[in-house]
Amino acid sequence: MKQASENIVEIKNVSKSFKNVHAVNDISLTVKKGEYLALLGPNGAGKTTLVEMIEGLQHPDSGEILLLNSHWGRHKDFLHRAIGISLQETRFIDKLTVKETLMLFASFYSESSKRVDEIVELTGLQEKTRSYTVNLSGGQRQRLALGIALINKPGILLLDEPTTGLDPASRREIWRILLDLKEREKTTMILTTHYMEEASYLCDKIVIMHKGRILARGKLHELLSGNNSGEIIEFFPDNPEQKPDFSCLPGIRNIEWDEQSGKCKLIINEIVETLPVFMKHTHALGYTLKSLECRKMTLEDLFVEMTGRTFSENE
Amino acid sequence: MNHPLYQLILIRFKDFLREPGVVFWSVIFPIAMAWVLGVAFSNKAETVQTIALVRNGSPGNPQLNDFLAGSQPLYDSLTGNITGYRKELGDQKTGRQVYRLITVNRDSAILMVKRGQTSLMITEKADSLHYYFDPATAEARLNYLILSPAIEKEQYVFKGAEIKPLTTVGTRYIDYLVPGLIAIGIMNSILWGISYTFIDMRSRKLLRRMVATPMKKSYFLVSHFVSRLCLTIIEALILLVFSRFYFNLAIQGSLVAFIMMFLAGNICFMGIAVLISSRTANSNIGNGLINFVSMPMTILSGIFFSYHNFPDVVIPFIQKLPLTILTDNIRGIFIEGIGIKEIIPEFMVLSGFGLLLSFIGLRIFKWY
Repeated sequence: MKQASENIVEIKNVSKSFKNVHAVNDISLTVKKGEYLALLGPNGAGKTTLVEMIEGLQHPDSGEILLLNSHWGRHKDFLHRAIGISLQETRFIDKLTVKETLMLFASFYSESSKRVDEIVELTGLQEKTRSYTVNLSGGQRQRLALGIALINKPGILLLDEPTTGLDPASRREIWRILLDLKEREKTTMILTTHYMEEASYLCDKIVIMHKGRILARGKLHELLSGNNSGEIIEFFPDNPEQKPDFSCLPGIRNIEWDEQSGKCKLIINEIVETLPVFMKHTHALGYTLKSLECRKMTLEDLFVEMTGRTFSENE
Repeated sequence: MNHPLYQLILIRFKDFLREPGVVFWSVIFPIAMAWVLGVAFSNKAETVQTIALVRNGSPGNPQLNDFLAGSQPLYDSLTGNITGYRKELGDQKTGRQVYRLITVNRDSAILMVKRGQTSLMITEKADSLHYYFDPATAEARLNYLILSPAIEKEQYVFKGAEIKPLTTVGTRYIDYLVPGLIAIGIMNSILWGISYTFIDMRSRKLLRRMVATPMKKSYFLVSHFVSRLCLTIIEALILLVFSRFYFNLAIQGSLVAFIMMFLAGNICFMGIAVLISSRTANSNIGNGLINFVSMPMTILSGIFFSYHNFPDVVIPFIQKLPLTILTDNIRGIFIEGIGIKEIIPEFMVLSGFGLLLSFIGLRIFKWY
């Protein structure tokens, strides 16, 4: 085993193109031991391409990827044994049971059936060991995929959208397993997601990607502080046609009108500073509101601020 | 035991046995086909030919009257009127033939010919019988040649000629058919079993998931080859045991030669299967590719009927098809009793071809 530096994953100036599309464009980042990192972005942001290059499933056109100071070209077998991966939407063999599927993957790592039993317990699939994989629910299937990723006790876990399409309860179950793992095994993890909540709940560091580039990176509070910090007053007016000028209000940083829904978003420094004046102002104008919400800025707001797009919009 | 090769082979068997449809098509279907075709072409008890008979009214043609008097009348179930006659001609040696002569008027008789219900129309005159048929149709000609002397009381088997029916093992249709069924069984089992599985696993991203582990790719391929080889052996054994007991079929030549050809066939089709499934992840394209390869061979390679009926110009091409080489050699071993020495060149050709295609297929194989 190689001497691991503090950076478990090092990505240096990596680019990858498909035909004329720059899927990943000159990305560099590092992940430290025990750190959970989220690659967050809408569909088409380049998350999967990047994570598959880290997994050794795709080769970068340029740049370098080092895992545990090792290179895919030279230490393939070592790296296969060191990482655990879960691909986006893997479908296992329909008529194989959960236990048989785990046994198969365990055999690739020379793991015994004892390890398979541990995985079954860890993923909460005890009731399903004799079920065919085709009969599993979406959440159970994802837990099986996660169990397979964990079978070799990996130091690095690479998960590509592990909770996409799952109901909230199933999603929370996956989160519980991952947080438990972080606490007990000090595993390092890179996860791609387009759920803000998932990134902010699970990960120490968040990398926001858009069109193959990194838009922002840092801890959640870092991303939502400094130049990006702010709070939000959001409201639906009674009459969407009427758009009064709110730029005169104190602490106003940005005003966004959503033409379709009629919603208005005021990005401000502090709610306590702006809200009383806003209420007085609307009252004086005779401007009535259907609903009003005051909140802290979220990652989604930050993404919209930076790209002008929402997360749900595909590229 | 948790060796990856063992696990990989085990899952192939489990995957196979847990699909009842697959078991039916690969094990029961070939036997059913051998039984149906073997019985249909070997034990033809009798066949019935319909003849349109246009009668002349009373008193009629004396020869025809005599002939019909010796026949069994057929009655209309409602009116009780005679609608025709049934007459059995020939014997066990020459082959029995049943004729159903339906009495109709001339217009109806012509309609019957047009509709393909009969190939021969007989019209009765007081002093003669007129036979109407298409001389280009072998069946019509044969009916005429059998019926005409029977009605006119002439012997159609030459005196002094002795007829010896061919019933010895090796000369029957079933002896011809079973080697073909074994060969086509290998082709279908390997092409559909391996190509389709590879394409399906690729589309499920399972191939991608498996090669992202320390699994050896060679184990993966060997597991498919071994499991399919076992299945083709089981399929062939079941077919052979059935044919042995039901049709008394036996291998006249070398058993070792048969095993060698069987193995060569498996290697050859494995190579084709790897090449077919080397790139696509789309099962519709996979279906098309497998059919593109297997369909011409199924039709041309002389599985059910001799390819010598095809035009002379295409026969050299047909003889170079892998399925033809395999079928001809297994048939040679079964029927003609050829041995190891005779099959060595074909054994080398099929195995070499299979290994070459496997090599090419693996060079371009898309694991991810």
